[in-house]
Amino acid sequence: MGKVGIIGVGQSAFVRGYPGSIRELAYEGFKGAMEDAKISNKDIDASIICSAPEYDKQRSPAGVIAEYLGLTPQPTFYLESLCSSSSMGVRTAYSLVKSGLHDVVCVLGFQKMSEITSAESQERMGRGADIQWESPFGTMMPAYYAMYARAHMEEYGTTEEDLALIRIKAATYGQMNEKAVYRKPVTMEQIFDPERPPVATPLKVFDCCANADGSSCIIVANEEKANALCDKPVWILGLGAASDTVNTAGRDLFTGLSVAIEAGKQAYEMAGVRPEDIDVAEVHDCFTIAEMMAYENLGFAEPGEGKELIKAKETYKEGKTPVNVDGGLLSKGHPIGATGGSQIRTIVLQLRDEAGPMQVKDPEIGLVHNIGGVGLYGNVTILGRS
Amino acid sequence: MAKKKKKREVDDRFKKFGTVSFTSISKVNDFISHLEQGKVMGTKCKKCGTVHFPPVADCAECLSSDIEWFEVTGTGKLVSFSKLTYAPVGFEEDLPYSIALLDYGDHKVFGRIAKDIPDDELAIGMPMKTEAITLPNGQLSYAFTRA
Ligand SMILES: [Zn+2]
Repeated sequence: MGKVGIIGVGQSAFVRGYPGSIRELAYEGFKGAMEDAKISNKDIDASIICSAPEYDKQRSPAGVIAEYLGLTPQPTFYLESLCSSSSMGVRTAYSLVKSGLHDVVCVLGFQKMSEITSAESQERMGRGADIQWESPFGTMMPAYYAMYARAHMEEYGTTEEDLALIRIKAATYGQMNEKAVYRKPVTMEQIFDPERPPVATPLKVFDCCANADGSSCIIVANEEKANALCDKPVWILGLGAASDTVNTAGRDLFTGLSVAIEAGKQAYEMAGVRPEDIDVAEVHDCFTIAEMMAYENLGFAEPGEGKELIKAKETYKEGKTPVNVDGGLLSKGHPIGATGGSQIRTIVLQLRDEAGPMQVKDPEIGLVHNIGGVGLYGNVTILGRS
Repeated sequence: MAKKKKKREVDDRFKKFGTVSFTSISKVNDFISHLEQGKVMGTKCKKCGTVHFPPVADCAECLSSDIEWFEVTGTGKLVSFSKLTYAPVGFEEDLPYSIALLDYGDHKVFGRIAKDIPDDELAIGMPMKTEAITLPNGQLSYAFTRA
């Protein structure tokens, strides 16, 4: 059995309030990937539809989406691991292809977060944690990441200013990304504006990514098909995945995400590469602290040294390890089920030298770090030109 | 007079937990009765000794459901905390409030910091106690207080 490659990538623009239904939103990412791969829906042997179900009104969205995209009668199924759903989709597609069960698999991630009203969304937010033991305290996603931020600051002397540098970097590249929801620059003054109260101390509004509607699509194929159909296939070199307890009381590490460390270790080992071999990376910056921890958990910096990396601009496009040079979740927006696919698309475009103004110089190997929940699910995917 | 059909008794004590409870039926409903008596309790597997907080009805390590309760006593170290200025539906009246985690060594407890403790008194690593409380809306909970 040979290699497994990515032969097509697409994504919709990430927007607030997409003016269409979920199937129409899914079509946008799909169309991009089909045109990129120069194939048709007849070439696809199976589809994996990924989203976070709490935002969907449609029960079992895989059916209506596969129908709309003309992917019947081939098998289709729904997959979710919160914000890392579409990375988990690509992992699953890899195994379907590697096993020989299918030749070409479509991984379609989507989320129409505006499908429900903001009141409904507020209500769901309260159930985002362990509903039996933690939600009754009134927990929210930013507050959990804020606890990690505070622990990181206490342990390593990381400051709110260090985190702000990550937001400023994201905005630098978000301006160049026509698919991003937030395309404006961000200044230190804006971030520390006393008129904007912190969301959950020590995290402020600009430390948090925005909700968005969007879709992404990744076409995974076996070596033979990839070489036959595609001029520049990008190969899946390493895959890592892990989980952690939902309840924070079950965890030991609060200055990093253990799922990222574990998934990273697996992916590096499978790919036979080291952190210093990574030429460009996409990490899950749902909050600024999440990117800071990712630097350290993936070995781009020693634990506690992440702040030195961003201060020296080593994660900028010209730096040692460029990270999120498409604006990241912070600027692109975070349509849960579509996010992992969007990250993978960015790295594929980088490895094909097609990232336009965001292009890093001659990258050979790229990495995607995609986290579901607050370090609940972790996926690391390593891609290469050869 | 026709006999009223007797309703099946449902043990839904868990609906009393926290500002808003999202669960009503659990095999560890006794946790709520312990809270009512002012005790915050976790569980210990009688067969293999594994300690659990939050409590569990079953031990996945040894597949025994023979558990005993233990009281969370003494002090735990403050692992981290965050003060919220936005809240999910149903928690608006509580704002602002701080969520936190205490480390007791063989188990950790997630919850809220008592309202009367000012922010500048909080520091990671400080010892705190876990105390059962009754909330203004009559619900039962626990809060972290000064050691
Ligand atoms: Zn046991």
